[in-house]
Amino acid sequence: MAVEKPVDTGGARERTLIARIGKGESSLFAELVKPYERRVYVTALALLRNEADAQDVAQEAILKAFTHLAQFRGESRFSTWLIQITVNEARMRQRKQHADLFEPLGEAPGEEDGAYLPRDFADWREIPSEALERSEFRAILSKALASLGQKYREVFLLRDVEHMSIEEASQALSISVASVKTRLLRARLMLRDALAPAFTDGWFSRTPFGKGSKPW
Amino acid sequence: MVVNCKQVWQEVSNYLEGEITPDLRAAMEAHFRDCKRCTAVLDGARNVIQLYGDGRSLELPAGFTAGWQGRLAEHLRGSSPRGTVFGWLLAAAAVALISGSFALARLDVKSVSGLRSYHAEPGTGVPNEMMVTVSADGKTFHVPGCRFLHKHENENVRLIAASEAIREGYVPCVRCLRQYLSR
Repeated sequence: MAVEKPVDTGGARERTLIARIGKGESSLFAELVKPYERRVYVTALALLRNEADAQDVAQEAILKAFTHLAQFRGESRFSTWLIQITVNEARMRQRKQHADLFEPLGEAPGEEDGAYLPRDFADWREIPSEALERSEFRAILSKALASLGQKYREVFLLRDVEHMSIEEASQALSISVASVKTRLLRARLMLRDALAPAFTDGWFSRTPFGKGSKPW
Repeated sequence: MVVNCKQVWQEVSNYLEGEITPDLRAAMEAHFRDCKRCTAVLDGARNVIQLYGDGRSLELPAGFTAGWQGRLAEHLRGSSPRGTVFGWLLAAAAVALISGSFALARLDVKSVSGLRSYHAEPGTGVPNEMMVTVSADGKTFHVPGCRFLHKHENENVRLIAASEAIREGYVPCVRCLRQYLSR
């Protein structure tokens, strides 16, 4: 029942591309970055929670990856390095905007290792996967994610949305593997608590659909 | 091995990652068979992972690709003294100026170890490509945004690779990068 982990593919191809870009074939950079642009954007969005800023920072990060490509020495994956740059750019932007002052109130400092207790025990075993086609439902997911404190949001995003390995996420965020695991547990349980009403008796049953017809 | 509900909640995430010992896994599975509440927590956490991991939950805005490709093209055009003698001279002069100013900034460091501070502890296992911030008079490098970076008013901090910072004698900040320090 392990969560699927992505397999390493294209590492050699990427190294070749990077070498060629280094020798002046700049046009190949688009090919190198294309598979990860969504990941870059989503990372910036999760940190900044504002689409315009996220677009700007993500594009800035990609440009920075290009100008600093010579500093990439292949000790981690290119994608991890790219996300690291994105995280750093986003943190700098937040700092500039003093966004840390507007973070949702999390738990008291130092409580990270303490136990998080689930609040809701309703059973929502059925996943309405088609629900994802509906924009209201996607909005519910984004809102729930945005309600997490930043340290949980960034870990959850890299691991569960972008499927990075725990080690890669720890590298990209410059935190320990143990912290990634603790924060991931919390993020998953908090999101579960936040979303549970959507699946049990809450939001969906209030939609204006006739009895017996499924809204999705 | 027997586990209670609280222990199960603490390990639910590692259970889903497949990162627990076979003993613990067996104990948790036995617990799930009897405990509806914990099963609900497990199913819920798994659903969260599936819903968000689906790829449809967050979309790339239209025009994003064109946006960064445009910026890149602009950047390539902008740096276009490329190839001309004047351009190269300009670049060489800039490099000389920058490295000269670092050399000056370091003149007053009387360290035999090559570190910028005699008392500092060099880090271990810092990823070379991690991007960090440093200030000219500081002795430590930081995660961007760390509020313990000391800098002069109006000074622009530099964002450089960790390997570069280490080469220049900086050591990890004891607050934001303490995992790379032995104590």
